[in-house]
Amino acid sequence: MSTTKKYPIGMHPALPPPSGSVGPVRWMRDNLFSSVSNTVLTVMGLYLIYIIVPPFVEWAFIDSVVLGADSRKECLKIMGDDRGACWSFVYKRWGQFVYGFYPVEERWRVNLAFLLVAATVAVVLVERLRANKALMIGALLLPVICFFLITGGLFGLVDIPTNKMGGILLTMIVGLTGIFVSLPISIMLALSRISKLPIFSILATIFIEFIRGVPLITLLFIASTLLSYFLPPGSNFDLLLRVLIMVTLFSAAYIAEVIRGGLAAIPVGQYEAADALGLSYWQSMRLIILPQALKISIPGIVGSFIGLFKDTTLVVIIGLLDPLGIGMAAISTTEWSGLGTELYVFIGMFFFIFCFSMSRYSLHLEKKLHTGH
Amino acid sequence: MSGTQVKEKKSVTLGSIWRDKHSRGVILQIIAVIGILLFLGNIVSNTVENLDRLGVKVGFDFLSEPSNYDINQTLIEYSSSDSHFRAGLVGLLNTLLVAVCGIVVATILGFTAGVLRLSNNFVLSRLMQVYVEITRNVPVLLQILLWHGILIHSMPVPKKAEALIEGVILTNRGIYLPQPIPQEGFGWVWIALLVGIVFAVFFKRYANRIQTETGKLIPAIWIGFVAVIGLPLVTYLLMGSPIEVSYPELKGFNYKGGFVIKPEFMALWFALSIYTGAFIAEIVRAGIQSVSHGQTEAAHALGIKPNFTMRLVVIPQALRVIIPPLISQYLNLTKNSSLAIAIGYMDLVATIGGISLNQTGRALESMGIVLGVYLFISIAISAAMNVYNKRVSLVSR
Amino acid sequence: MKKLLPIAVSLAALTAMNVSASTLEDVQARGVLKCGVSTGLAGFATPNDAGQWEGLDVDLCRAVAAAVLGDSEKVEYVPLTSKVRFEVLKSGEIDVLSRVTTWTFTRDASLGLNFAGVNYYDGQGFMVPAALGVSSAKDLDGASICIQTGTTTELNLAEYFKLNGMSYEPVPVETSAEGRQNYIAGRCDVYTTDASALAAQRSVFEDPTAHVVLPEIISKEPLGPVVRHGDDQWLDIVKWSHNAMLNAEELNITSKNLDERGANANDPSAQGLLGTNEAKLGAMLGLDKKWAYNIIKQVGNYSESFERNVGKETALKLERGLNALWTNGGIQYAPPLK
Repeated sequence: MSTTKKYPIGMHPALPPPSGSVGPVRWMRDNLFSSVSNTVLTVMGLYLIYIIVPPFVEWAFIDSVVLGADSRKECLKIMGDDRGACWSFVYKRWGQFVYGFYPVEERWRVNLAFLLVAATVAVVLVERLRANKALMIGALLLPVICFFLITGGLFGLVDIPTNKMGGILLTMIVGLTGIFVSLPISIMLALSRISKLPIFSILATIFIEFIRGVPLITLLFIASTLLSYFLPPGSNFDLLLRVLIMVTLFSAAYIAEVIRGGLAAIPVGQYEAADALGLSYWQSMRLIILPQALKISIPGIVGSFIGLFKDTTLVVIIGLLDPLGIGMAAISTTEWSGLGTELYVFIGMFFFIFCFSMSRYSLHLEKKLHTGH
Repeated sequence: MSGTQVKEKKSVTLGSIWRDKHSRGVILQIIAVIGILLFLGNIVSNTVENLDRLGVKVGFDFLSEPSNYDINQTLIEYSSSDSHFRAGLVGLLNTLLVAVCGIVVATILGFTAGVLRLSNNFVLSRLMQVYVEITRNVPVLLQILLWHGILIHSMPVPKKAEALIEGVILTNRGIYLPQPIPQEGFGWVWIALLVGIVFAVFFKRYANRIQTETGKLIPAIWIGFVAVIGLPLVTYLLMGSPIEVSYPELKGFNYKGGFVIKPEFMALWFALSIYTGAFIAEIVRAGIQSVSHGQTEAAHALGIKPNFTMRLVVIPQALRVIIPPLISQYLNLTKNSSLAIAIGYMDLVATIGGISLNQTGRALESMGIVLGVYLFISIAISAAMNVYNKRVSLVSR
Repeated sequence: MKKLLPIAVSLAALTAMNVSASTLEDVQARGVLKCGVSTGLAGFATPNDAGQWEGLDVDLCRAVAAAVLGDSEKVEYVPLTSKVRFEVLKSGEIDVLSRVTTWTFTRDASLGLNFAGVNYYDGQGFMVPAALGVSSAKDLDGASICIQTGTTTELNLAEYFKLNGMSYEPVPVETSAEGRQNYIAGRCDVYTTDASALAAQRSVFEDPTAHVVLPEIISKEPLGPVVRHGDDQWLDIVKWSHNAMLNAEELNITSKNLDERGANANDPSAQGLLGTNEAKLGAMLGLDKKWAYNIIKQVGNYSESFERNVGKETALKLERGLNALWTNGGIQYAPPLK
């Protein structure tokens, strides 16, 4: 039975690829060792991983101490010859890292606020829940609820002065306020900047370029020291509030530019169509232009938020106690001095987890919006 | 846009003015101007009143007074008897120094990582991805502090340090290097360098013209390179090597002589370069990916070699996408250099906006200067940016 | 129309804005004194394990609170770096700055501030590791020196080294904690600041004996509380809160014996100070009759405060030295209570 079966031209079933052109060997040959220079680079890359990853894992996890030490000396005693990280100060001061100096018996309020924020994020992210009007209105009320929860003064809640707020709570307050309050401002700024009314456009441009032209730290410095010169004599308001105002203006200027980019990407036809329907300026913006522009700006806005979130660490320079400030206070005590590396790595991991997941989400959104077209 | 408007002949009432798109715009703008003027006027009057109440004078006369403090890294001659103005200038130069060094390294890092991120080499592209994701998502202030901590804790103190090679010593007070000190006659070497550069530029233009006219390729790059390097080298040798090298030597507490790079500078430089490099890598990747694959295929079809395809087809088109965000990253890096204050690098914010402000109490004036300088830098760069954008957009369409 | 400030108006709705001319009225209306202190300097201002602030500077805040509000615990402490302290005081965010601040001509004359006395006479010194084998500041040519920015020590240092024809590398730091880290890591050979602060820094090292303070004191550093220009009554209150503690020591009135001394009709000076006779010293300051009584009862006299915070029994182990009363060979000299 050695007859070869005849196939019409072009109808021959696909043959398996020649051996050596598939499988891990082939993949490695293609991707790792395709040329001499490529091989060298691969080996160098692997070597780099080898000299960085195992020692770090050993230092941070295997040889490290978390429990059972009340000072760096005790940490060293427990570790013996294997010098790993001493995380005990984080464990000991965990409460401060999360809540700052918020009174212990009132911390449930912060927990509740965190929970509400998490729930809201879930509502906004999950499409099925987003359709529910009642839930969305609840989400919009969230900032107000959280404000009263955390500062108190209503419903018999004890007033908590803002200088008691620190740690992750402070990061959240600054970051979230910055983004939510700045959104409407930035929309107004973006619309003003592209407005045909020259005065509005000039004013918005000056404001945006000024804020974007100077470092945030100088703005924070102004908030902490110079702002009082500009206010009526004798008036005075809270340092945290002044910082929040500056941070809001700062992020508004950046987000305004993102939204302006979104507005510029809307085809002229859309504007003309709105005009043709006889819509007023505000109607056309509200119903036609802004929904589209904001939708394409979302990845950029999330990007700005990540930037803002990271920038909240700068408040430590003007004396507010964010997680970094709390940690610096901890390592300046006799017991824990000399643990700078541990502190920076710990805070770094905290920010990485938050920012990385946000940037992944933004990427996911970008992909989704992309396929929608 | 208002060509279709019908002239109304009814009597003009307040309502009709308001309903008219054009006049409403004018009214709104007038209101905005009045509001802003009132706001600014209020700020000025408050400030004047506050300063009056405290009995504080305003003026820039303090700039000419002696600063009375020392700075550890100065690019120009400076001592504590120089003025606050000069101290500020030293700070500004330090800011520019770290910004320029940071921009150079960040660009190199960013382009390398961006290109490698797209390479077929699985290990490398993943490695670059990890680098980008980690550094981009950790606050730069932390990275600066971490680098500073590593440098001052892991390097030996000068007394225990040993020379790596002759004249190169790593200590926690900086890296000491031999410093070439030009002697008499070295000026000719600079002149030779200048001549070499001018020659190289003109030769390249000439070569381009020849190529467009005749199609003949002249290796202008190589010839120019030889001119720029060779001419000064020959001059240097002819002048009898007019350079003396100062080697660092341990004298008392510290090394003396030689050239030193302080750990504060290094920490800031590394952290800013690595942080910004990650952003640049993403920009470069997006730029290269934005060039449609058809362009590469077309180049292949025209018989252009792969090497030239990248240089002549892909890169020029990618650059149009890359450069605007790249410049804005450069600006970010410059602004982030103000975080120097956290580790005691004496930049603009630390000198005039820090010590001078504190010693003289002239907060408004000092911060005004700092803001002004940063604004000037960013507006100048933005303006250059706009010019560039206009040029490329004209070329492209 | 001049006062129209739309933004401030909306902010005013959010925050309690207090516009008032007198600091005293402000503090009394608020019921708490806002006092600017160090971010953490053992012996002068530092929070203890229970989170309570203590120290010589803190005691001054407590004395003012006791005089004005009758309760030394009604103080809100605002930790400040040396860099921002004056701006924060000028902005009205704090009522008094009690933060090892040197009284100098420029600060007094040009910053719009007033110094209300001297609660510690100090001078700038140097600390070096004992292993360095340095015995005099004159041997420090070429050294790297850690120094807090925005302080008078920065200026003294530049002047001292220039005068002696020596060179040095300044290593600027923002806080004493940062300075300590740099010093321990060996980034600098020498740590310089006020001698009292050096003692404080040394006391928190793992092995204090491994560091020596050099004998040279290169400057005069009279440290004292600071208030804003333009409120003389408040200046007087702060000034006399401090003087009351000094006078109490001079009269030998302590927190233990004050009730007994106040009851003694043959002791008019003590009775005047403690408000137990007809003299109305408190009223002249706009305060309660018991103002000084409250200070001494709750805070103690100067000697008690000194010994409790920085004296020989503490980790700082400071001698009274210049800070002894004038009757004991020092220069602490309070004007008489007449």
